Amino acid sequence: MSPDKFRVGFGKQTREVENKFPPEAPPVWGADKQTDVVGKDHVRPDAVDKATGRALYSQDRRFEGMLYAKMLRCPHANARVKKLDLTKAKALPGVLYTEGQAGKRITYAGATVAGVAATSEQILEDALRLIEVEYETMPVVATVEDAQMDGAPSVGRRGSNVNQSFQRGNANRVKQLHARAAKVISAEYRTQVQTHSCLETHGSVTVFKDGKVTCYASTQATFAWRQGMARALGLSADDVTVITEHMGGGFGSKFGADEWDLFGARAARETGRPVRSILDRREEHMVGGNRPDSIQRCTFSASGDGQLLGATVESFGTPGNGARGAGVFNPGIYRFQATRQVGHDVRTHAGRARAFRAPRHPQGIFALEGMMDELADALGMDPLALRRKNDPNPVRQAQYDVGAKEIGWDRRKPGGLGDGPLKRGIGIASSRWGHNGRPGTVVRCRIGRDGTVTVFNGAQDIGTGTRSVFAVLTAEELGLDPSQVRVQLGNTNDPPGPASGGSVTTPSITPPTRQAACEAKRELLEAVANQFGGDASKMDLKDGQVIGGPKKLTFAQACKAIAGGVVEGTGRGRGNLFDRSSGFTREVAGVQFAEVEVDTETGIVKVLKVVGVHDCGRVVNTLTTRSQINGGIIQGISYALFENRVLDRRSGDMLNANFLDYKILGAVDMPEIVAIPFSVAQGVTPSGVSSLGEPATVATAAAIANAVSNAIGARVRKLPMTPDVILSALETI
Amino acid sequence: MPRDRNEISRRDVLRGAGAAAIFGAVAPSLSAKEPKAIEGLTMRGPGATPIRLLINGQKHQVELEPRVTLLDALRDHVGMTGAKRICDRGACGGCTVMVDGKTVNSCLMLAVDAEGREIRTIEGLANGDQLHPIQDAFVKHDALQCGFCTPGMVMSCTALVESNPNPSLDDMKAAVAGNLCRCGTYPHVFDACRTASKEMKK
Repeated sequence: MSPDKFRVGFGKQTREVENKFPPEAPPVWGADKQTDVVGKDHVRPDAVDKATGRALYSQDRRFEGMLYAKMLRCPHANARVKKLDLTKAKALPGVLYTEGQAGKRITYAGATVAGVAATSEQILEDALRLIEVEYETMPVVATVEDAQMDGAPSVGRRGSNVNQSFQRGNANRVKQLHARAAKVISAEYRTQVQTHSCLETHGSVTVFKDGKVTCYASTQATFAWRQGMARALGLSADDVTVITEHMGGGFGSKFGADEWDLFGARAARETGRPVRSILDRREEHMVGGNRPDSIQRCTFSASGDGQLLGATVESFGTPGNGARGAGVFNPGIYRFQATRQVGHDVRTHAGRARAFRAPRHPQGIFALEGMMDELADALGMDPLALRRKNDPNPVRQAQYDVGAKEIGWDRRKPGGLGDGPLKRGIGIASSRWGHNGRPGTVVRCRIGRDGTVTVFNGAQDIGTGTRSVFAVLTAEELGLDPSQVRVQLGNTNDPPGPASGGSVTTPSITPPTRQAACEAKRELLEAVANQFGGDASKMDLKDGQVIGGPKKLTFAQACKAIAGGVVEGTGRGRGNLFDRSSGFTREVAGVQFAEVEVDTETGIVKVLKVVGVHDCGRVVNTLTTRSQINGGIIQGISYALFENRVLDRRSGDMLNANFLDYKILGAVDMPEIVAIPFSVAQGVTPSGVSSLGEPATVATAAAIANAVSNAIGARVRKLPMTPDVILSALETI
Repeated sequence: MPRDRNEISRRDVLRGAGAAAIFGAVAPSLSAKEPKAIEGLTMRGPGATPIRLLINGQKHQVELEPRVTLLDALRDHVGMTGAKRICDRGACGGCTVMVDGKTVNSCLMLAVDAEGREIRTIEGLANGDQLHPIQDAFVKHDALQCGFCTPGMVMSCTALVESNPNPSLDDMKAAVAGNLCRCGTYPHVFDACRTASKEMKK
């Protein structure tokens, strides 16, 4: 039985909250709960499959008679398909299915013009070259600035390309605060478009059999993907099975069945053959999604003693040819007396934005944290002291201590000092994210007479170690080692699970996983009581043994008492298994510190060290948690220094749609990374587990930019911080 | 990547010059010209041609067009899907295999060029359930997340730990300099290399 009250928090900072979880919820784990398995290093269950190349991804699925499908894509960003002739392509032996017709309006380079399915990739290549197409091209707006010019062509059907997407706060109130402030700083910050660059490109393999369809999809949302495919084919969702045993990265870009997936499915239906429709790298960059860019015009004010007063942010960004999605998250985090924000989405002739790991956040935090440092400089204050003074979050206050010690904040000097061209600097930035557990996940836990324990859920493991979370939590409840728990994931015939987006997965699956394991355990102990006597309600499982039973029994011996062959427990992630109000804090906090070395002659930035201290509630697996923090930081460094989608301003075509010219961080660019999981019993679920995937990448670019600015003694307000940006910044001194 | 002078890689084919004369036109239906024979060189293709590959000590006979890369031959014709196609132009290392003991991007080598050479792939590292020390270290250190770069990463690290008993951090970075990882596994990959090289000295 769970207590009426339990403690939330960390270290000595805890407080008691009421237990409002329903009776069927698994026992509450307060701040003082000692776990046997949870919170330690564990190898992920699929690690061997991945290290041996046995793990099967969509790309690896092979079927007898399988066709290869591909789309013909338009090289122009604003065009109409005047003529389209598929005759020659259709006549090529091995081409079994085509689609496409003239008349289509194109609003970004890479848009689909036609589709072909053929018996080999080589024939497919030839067939695409045989398609005859004529375009009527029109003027293009490829940048936020061009799209706002007088007389700019409209990207939508009509009207302005600029759409005010949100406004918050009271402009007059902020103006008054600015007027009486000791310091008022104004500056413009800019960030670039970043492509997700998943190593496994988007796509799927579809097999039709007896009116039912099985799709081997690379998706981060098996159930949403299934829904989309079923709707498009006019089938019941129950006739569609989505299998995602493994997937090679999504980062927000793989939620639904895409145009090319649907084309593959139609080709499969029409030809009766399995069809593989998977993007190549160039397509992935151009049509697979991206993080919108931003121009953020900021004015911040503070009193002479460093109390934040007002903040104004006006932002513009492009979600490509879509209408919305280019907002930024700021000012947030720090306490201002009043803020005013106005956001604009600016349509351009470019590939459409998709959610990207912590949408709105890295770009918004880059401007916010840059402004914080600019204010600190103006006030003559230490940047960390300014943050401490204005940060209401007790977790982050403690994280400042941990991170500052690890990076050696005391060594930080005012900017631009020292002889020689190599300058070093240290910077800081913070992150936040919500407690994002969601209802709707159902988990089944089965214990067999032979001692096999299997957990079933239809969601996918996007690579974060979701399998491990299921295994570790189940092992904790059953007194086993996680290696004794099998986890079956990624098949929509199993119970529903979350989309891996918004850092919802771990907090969403934790309550039902524990509930299922607890229920299966009860069933098992009842079976033990039936066979050996004793009171099942007084028994428990620990260290592979039944404790409190009539005799000494190992787990394997206990399972022999299961009369029906198996016992099962089912956990349901209902809404009331999440209680944001009993979180220790309303958000998960994080802080990152960076140390860099900048060559002021070449403008090259070398990141030396990044420290990430992150609250994610109670940590389930410390090993995979460190992996995820590392990953967030590494993507953040890559965003800070290298990544940039470059569109030709005239044609709108992407000029660097490959991994040679679109640079992502590689091993030689790696600094030392110190990932510090900061466990807080958050109380938002019975287990206190919360979110991590996204917050880990929110602060990195901002922390590095602040370190770079500290190193060279000039403010860098633009990402990526390529040599030209650094040299331009140096010219401002 | 060192490469013998007389080899022709797909890069050369992509460059176009000269290659067509040896391999025939890229597609029969697209070319009017008949390829000219060159003395001392055997004509292969156009069209499918039998090719023998020696992979992980086993002989494989496949029929494929000369324009098929070693990567696609492994994946589509031999059924070994460990090596991944990620960038398809030698920029990411996801398709890394060893040819005659050296790591190569198998997307940049034509299968016909790999004939008669010793090919070693991720599938050949473990001995049954007995993992190669580098694979074991990848598992223990969680040197993988989504796992898509992992086979290529493991092959590059295998080459390192098998040739260098005491790799420095810079050696490790150089070994995987051509292997991109989007999830950010590099720190754990370095940990794995350290552990595996210690393990291999035992």
